[in-house]
Amino acid sequence: MLKKTFSVLVLIALLSIAFTSNFAATPRPVQAQGVSELTIWWAEWDPANYLQQIGNEYEAETGIKVTVVQEPWASYYNKVGAEWAVQGDSFDMVVGDSQWVGQAVEAGHYVDLTEFLNSNGITETVTPATLQYYGEYPQGSGTYYAYPTEGDANGWAYRKDLFEDPDNMAAFEAEYGYPLAIPETWEQLRDIAKFFTRPDDGLYGVGIYTQVDYDAITMGFENIMFSYGADWKDADNNVLGVINSPEAVAALELYGELYDYAPPGTDNAFFAEMNNVFINGQAAMIMNYFAFFPSLDNPDINPYRDSTGYFAMPAGPTGERFAALGGQGISVNSYISDERKQASLDFIKWFATPEVQARWAAVGGYTCNIEVLESEAFLTQTPYNAAFAETMTFVKDFWNIPQFGLLLEPAQRYLHAYVVGGEGTAQEALDGMAFEMDEILIAEGVISE
Amino acid sequence: MSSYSHPARRRHLGDKRLIQMFIIPTVVLLILMNVFPLIYSLYLSFTEYSAINPTPPKWVGLDNYKKVLSDNLYWHNFAVTGRYALISVSLQMIVGFGLAMLLKEKFKGSGLLTTLILVPMMLSPAVVGAFWKNIFNPSFGIFDQFLGYSDPNTAPEWLGDPDLALWAVVIVDVWMWSPFVMLLSLAGLSAIPDYLYEAAAIDRASAWFQFRRITLPQVMPLLLIAVLFRTIEAFKQFDLVMGLTGGGPSLLQGTQAVNVTETVSVKLFRLAMPPQAQTGLSSAMAYVVLIIIIAISNLYIRALNKVREG
Repeated sequence: MLKKTFSVLVLIALLSIAFTSNFAATPRPVQAQGVSELTIWWAEWDPANYLQQIGNEYEAETGIKVTVVQEPWASYYNKVGAEWAVQGDSFDMVVGDSQWVGQAVEAGHYVDLTEFLNSNGITETVTPATLQYYGEYPQGSGTYYAYPTEGDANGWAYRKDLFEDPDNMAAFEAEYGYPLAIPETWEQLRDIAKFFTRPDDGLYGVGIYTQVDYDAITMGFENIMFSYGADWKDADNNVLGVINSPEAVAALELYGELYDYAPPGTDNAFFAEMNNVFINGQAAMIMNYFAFFPSLDNPDINPYRDSTGYFAMPAGPTGERFAALGGQGISVNSYISDERKQASLDFIKWFATPEVQARWAAVGGYTCNIEVLESEAFLTQTPYNAAFAETMTFVKDFWNIPQFGLLLEPAQRYLHAYVVGGEGTAQEALDGMAFEMDEILIAEGVISE
Repeated sequence: MSSYSHPARRRHLGDKRLIQMFIIPTVVLLILMNVFPLIYSLYLSFTEYSAINPTPPKWVGLDNYKKVLSDNLYWHNFAVTGRYALISVSLQMIVGFGLAMLLKEKFKGSGLLTTLILVPMMLSPAVVGAFWKNIFNPSFGIFDQFLGYSDPNTAPEWLGDPDLALWAVVIVDVWMWSPFVMLLSLAGLSAIPDYLYEAAAIDRASAWFQFRRITLPQVMPLLLIAVLFRTIEAFKQFDLVMGLTGGGPSLLQGTQAVNVTETVSVKLFRLAMPPQAQTGLSSAMAYVVLIIIIAISNLYIRALNKVREG
């Protein structure tokens, strides 16, 4: 009898521990007098190290320790998602991707920062495009859930030694009828890519995103798509006739054409592969997020460092320019105590000041602060900062509604099928994509049949 | 005094008590870590639910199963996995058993050679995927050069060509896991009594006859175990695909684009994890995979029993 009772007690105890803990990480004690430390989650990359530096300065000023916990990019979203699932408080703030905003807001994971950002005058300090895409949800609502932290977007790196070579310049002008220079339009970029594609010399014109796994090829394509006047949706979230419009088709055809001038083996390429083909001398131009350009400015990594130049996205047929948004905004976890929320807001308020934003930029972070972006010190700090500051005025993003992951999947599949698989036409690929996206949006109740 | 207290303690820790003390924690852990998730995920498979959303699961009956079993894209994933498992396991059996036949006779350095052949299966699939990705690169990889292609512009793009990508994954899997089949085969071969071959030799049986009537039947139980293990593993293939191709390249088949190396496990991962995080649907798909694996395992076990009885 005693044995049975003991066994049952052990079982009940273990089950109770498992269920009452709600599978969550152990909550950290909050000091009664106030908060003495803050935890920020971010992906594992250089900007997170820079944020830790800034956090150390915050600790020196206030005594509140800031710890930036880093998780590899591949598992970052999964880790944050798992924490959301248990409504955990393992982090106070999270530097989340722009596309997460809708999902996080609809599920109640982020604290509404509208009043905080407006009353402290922070909304006016950052570029409107970054505030809209990193922080605002729904779009156009004027409701904000994140402070634009690491501004980022696609830009270009190019080999100045090739562009400024007199023989290349003369040959290019003779062939295309205009001087070889930084391309102002996508057609010019295509011409230059074609001109520098010399397989016999192991040189190719351009490196573009093609990775099928998450969102790379979609981001690469939308640079052209937006500039060509196309979009992912209309004002009512309809996709049929929008994403497969003639403008989008022309943009995809051009993206597919660019892939013809890309180095062999870049069939599943993202930021690492872009820098690799540039560093090993295979590509005359590469697209990449600005966050990955610092390594090209390192002579130990990039043998062409002294002749590497940078430029912002070229324009479409109507002169419009857009760049696919990267980067992240910082948000406050809604599952922490009110004291910790206030402490987190205090940190963001401090972080958003022009002085700290200037420091943030100085240590290597990509600020979205208008004043800093326009400062001479920032523009001349690195060879790519000028292109970055220019880009931050015309960034645009993919869907950021909670269903963005469902919409991203067919986008990746159809774009890769056309660009890399090489089967069918751009119209067929975009028709298929629009059809599947339409079905998803109807099934999810975003639009009606 | 102590001589009296010692037997008293032993009386308290009787055999039954000891057994319970060891078994109960294991049973509790098993219930918490295996049985409960299994039952809970079965429940979730009948619901519309996202683990990253606080909205509670909504009962949708068989809708998730209907979607998995009626959507062309899911059938494509099952077809890719089936094709991959069939080709990969078949080649592993041929290569692994062939290597075992070559290595069954001892010669100088055979031990070292056997150990070296076993190295690939000791590596992490993620690492194997990463370095084979470089090996397959047409610009600087050695695979195309090994095949005689010196010009990267005309060399096959193993990971980017929809016709070759699945073969590329198969090649790496065969390279990695044929040694496992070889190991099991060697164990089977070394257990065959010599007198069977001696008797066959006295009867002037040919080498082919000896192989067909002695070697193969004797090794068959272990070969079937190898087939069983490798088939189950092939159906779970994830790491190599993610490391090599990420499920791509994509291909337009009719009006629909499909990922040519996206196995069910890769699809399952994408469904279950953010940004999709379709927990209910992915649970249903996981159960379909589980049923398929159980069915295939049963077929193999029946075949194994027949061989043993026969």
